[in-house]
Amino acid sequence: MVNKEEYNWTIEAKASLFDLKLNELWAYRDLLWLLVRRDFVSFYKQTILGPLWFFIQPLFTTIIFTFIFGNLAGISTDGLPKPLFYMAGITAWNYFADCLTKTSTVFKDNANIFGKVYFPRLIMPLSIVVSNLVRFGVQMLLFIFMMAYYYFVVDAHFAVTWAIGLFPVIVILMALLGLGTGMIISAMTTKYRDLAFLVTFGVQLLMYATTVIYPLSEAFNKYPAYAWIIEYNPMTPIIETFRYGFLGEGSFSWGSLGYATGVTLVLLIFGIVIFNKVERNFVDTV
Amino acid sequence: MANIAIKVENLSKAYQLGQIGTGTISRDLERWYARIRGKEDPFLRIGETNDRSVRGTSDVVWSLKDINFEIEQGDAVGIIGRNGAGKSTLLKILSKVTAPTTGKISGKGRIASLLEVGTGFHPELSGRENIFLNGAILGMRKKEIQRKLEEIVDFAGIERYLDTPVKRYSSGMYVRLAFAVAAHLESEILIVDEVLAVGDAEFQKKCLGKMGEVSKGEGRTVLFVSHNMESIKKLCNKGLLLNKGQLIKNDSINYIIEEYINLSTNTASIRFAKSENREANILKVELRNLDDEAKSEISVYQKWKIYVQFELTTAIEDFVCAIGVSNMLGAPLKTTWHEPLNLQVGTYAAEFIEDKTTFAIGLYGIAVGLSQKNTTLHYIESAINFEIVYGNEKVNNNVLRFTTDTGAILDQMISSVYKL
Repeated sequence: MVNKEEYNWTIEAKASLFDLKLNELWAYRDLLWLLVRRDFVSFYKQTILGPLWFFIQPLFTTIIFTFIFGNLAGISTDGLPKPLFYMAGITAWNYFADCLTKTSTVFKDNANIFGKVYFPRLIMPLSIVVSNLVRFGVQMLLFIFMMAYYYFVVDAHFAVTWAIGLFPVIVILMALLGLGTGMIISAMTTKYRDLAFLVTFGVQLLMYATTVIYPLSEAFNKYPAYAWIIEYNPMTPIIETFRYGFLGEGSFSWGSLGYATGVTLVLLIFGIVIFNKVERNFVDTV
Repeated sequence: MANIAIKVENLSKAYQLGQIGTGTISRDLERWYARIRGKEDPFLRIGETNDRSVRGTSDVVWSLKDINFEIEQGDAVGIIGRNGAGKSTLLKILSKVTAPTTGKISGKGRIASLLEVGTGFHPELSGRENIFLNGAILGMRKKEIQRKLEEIVDFAGIERYLDTPVKRYSSGMYVRLAFAVAAHLESEILIVDEVLAVGDAEFQKKCLGKMGEVSKGEGRTVLFVSHNMESIKKLCNKGLLLNKGQLIKNDSINYIIEEYINLSTNTASIRFAKSENREANILKVELRNLDDEAKSEISVYQKWKIYVQFELTTAIEDFVCAIGVSNMLGAPLKTTWHEPLNLQVGTYAAEFIEDKTTFAIGLYGIAVGLSQKNTTLHYIESAINFEIVYGNEKVNNNVLRFTTDTGAILDQMISSVYKL
């Protein structure tokens, strides 16, 4: 008779909710890098400007925001040069928003591959977050270039603070928050797609509930009764800390950053669990 | 006792038919409520067997139902069954693409599954980059691919194009490269779906050779799905016969193929709606064997006939019913008709028995026409399709090699017409 112990894998109808198969994820780490490489290389294949295209979007958005929100509407920027203020918000926000929207359609976009071959599905959203990191890095270069320009040429008034040391933490928080929320949405849209319609539109709305085009202090000035909505948005402390670190203005507190970290971890864990549950059968319904 | 590589116990898979929308959410809630109370899933109680041609009362079907089998290490197993038998579902579950509804599979050794060639190929990337990407998707480590790179490129024969984006490849090169990557996986179990249908004959031979080498030479376990009995017979020593989601037989491959042909209960039989403004209407066209059983497949050398039922709404003189046999490309191979008849109003049947010509293995189409002298009364270009299949051992090799696009001999069939 064959011993039960001799089998080294099993496939069963039901799996534990918390079996996250992280060791398997590790075994496929090469795939993660190859997917990131694929995304990056295929983005600028057959273009002349290549990775320079990563600059265009934040640059134009900054110009438009400066004109509309800065000059036309006259929203305060905490005394910072307007383009610099907006670009800080846009660069950080874009990274979060890209992670969120791309992750939220991961099942639908990859149904073809997922339907034909097995690999830990978590690799896909992770590769999205890492590929976007490349793009974010390039956009950060643009931001730093702008900072240098305003510092040396325009001689504008701003100062880098110690909080710049929190930059890696902020990036990880944004990545994980986008990843967690995106995975929850992707898991919820495999069968009923209704939520998918909300995502692109919702992310846009969410931007206005985050301190991208105005500082948190301004929100407290104008709408003291409703500013808590903005304060409880976990992206707000992240962007405020980002601005405080790079430009020296913004409402930074350990409490609010700790709150953002807590929300991120809860969403992330919930996201991974629900993603792993859906992943087993989504091919049948997507 | 021999080593078991894969053991499947009580495996079932249910699928939901129809649209998913507002209508399904109430049932989802019902299932969820049953589950939290620890009750049996009400959705699964009502499942039906997967018979595609019959309209069922339930919109849940069992694509696989209570499958049990064991596969020994080193066996090459052919999985045979008609469309809808559950072959692909079984492979999908084994390759972990989708989870079973009930049951358990245990096994040992790494599984490499090839349900499709070139999964994850990116058209913009070069051949080399795609080898790495595809290899990684299939579960290889980078080092492993590096070690095998030369072998893969050699097998695919694309050395010159290695650094060209694969979108510039011919489809043949693309398939060769994709198969080469998968064939060089170091796995104990190899699962291959009908991927060999692509590529030219020479390459198919090479793939089969490689797979044979894998199973016989290296002692790895191979699971292979194909409709091509010839290649299954060449490659496999064991077989699993599935029908409508159930395992019919698990035996050596020769018995399985025999059983598969006997199982043919599918029919090539089509009814047509009649039109009021036609004097003559074709009602039904059917392929039958000489025992008058409707079939969709006929073994080569077995005799067959075409049964045509038609209705006349006025009396017609010099009436002729004719049929044409064409190959899968639509080129006519043979036509036949009966002597002109004077028929009264009523429903008739005409039969055309294939007697002299032996058709080669392949797909054929039947065209049916009703006419009076030079006037066509009703004509259906592609009324039914049927298949001449690989039969028993004694088949002449020349017939096997004969392909359907080479043409056939024209001769008259034995025909008769009688009133119903």
